[in-house]
Amino acid sequence: MKSKWWLISLLVCLAVACISPLASSSPDGLERVAEDRGFIGLAGEAPYQVIADYVFPGVANEALATILAGVVGTLVLFGAAYGLAWLLTLRKRQLA
Amino acid sequence: MHIPDGFLNVATVATTAAVSVGGIGGAVRIVGKKLGEKQVPLMGILAAFIFAAQMLNFPVAGGTSGHVIGAALAAILLGPWAAVLIMACVLIAQCLIFQDGGLLALGANIFNMGIVASFSGYYIYRLVTWIAGNTRKSTLVGGFAAAWVSVLLASIFCAVELAVSGSSPLGVVLPAMAGVHALIGIGEGLITTAVLGLVLATRADLLQLQRI
Repeated sequence: MKSKWWLISLLVCLAVACISPLASSSPDGLERVAEDRGFIGLAGEAPYQVIADYVFPGVANEALATILAGVVGTLVLFGAAYGLAWLLTLRKRQLA
Repeated sequence: MHIPDGFLNVATVATTAAVSVGGIGGAVRIVGKKLGEKQVPLMGILAAFIFAAQMLNFPVAGGTSGHVIGAALAAILLGPWAAVLIMACVLIAQCLIFQDGGLLALGANIFNMGIVASFSGYYIYRLVTWIAGNTRKSTLVGGFAAAWVSVLLASIFCAVELAVSGSSPLGVVLPAMAGVHALIGIGEGLITTAVLGLVLATRADLLQLQRI
């Protein structure tokens, strides 16, 4: 199973995504500073929304919507970075 | 620390975008040349972990929260150029899919949390392990220091960008950003150290690979 260490690691990442509803909903450092120093109003709305604010659209239960967003994002990022790294090293492997 | 649209002026947007495009271009070239076969899945795992971990905002003082950046961890495990690429993947996905961080501010966010945090974290880690030797303890201490400095420096660059853009005077925004992120950096340090401890216990060989 040693060669499949990344599969276990991915499951750990998905487990992390599944506890995301427990995250603090307080504003983060930058948002807090922007609120306190009075420039939060400058922030513009996004021109479109996909899974805005890590809440999966159309799911009534907010915790479940957050978990779904987290799971989707975690899988997308794993695939994107793995795929990118695989593509970038393709030529090197062909030369080898 | 994801900057939304509206906080930065055109000159800052253009400058940070140009630097980030250049940085990603360099990272693509260097990673393509040097990344080992063993490191390909690690790229995916780190991007997935950093995305998931960034969702876990932890409370810091006075109704404020923070989340890890993760660049220092990626830079320690894979090297700064690979970390830039991982952070770019995470930040682009967060911007395009999750509306976290503005479209125009994407370059600044990649610069602060990708380039600045990765390189500062990497060289702080190298410095500590160079001074204290290549031991388990120095890896953990170096990881904590790297993580803390990376968050602080990223927040300082963020504050300078906000000030240059005229959103808030430097004398106001710089101490405010650095102050709160000095606290958030402790969380980043603890999580980075915990993950490095886990890697040392289970896959210590990953820490012996060439850094890119």
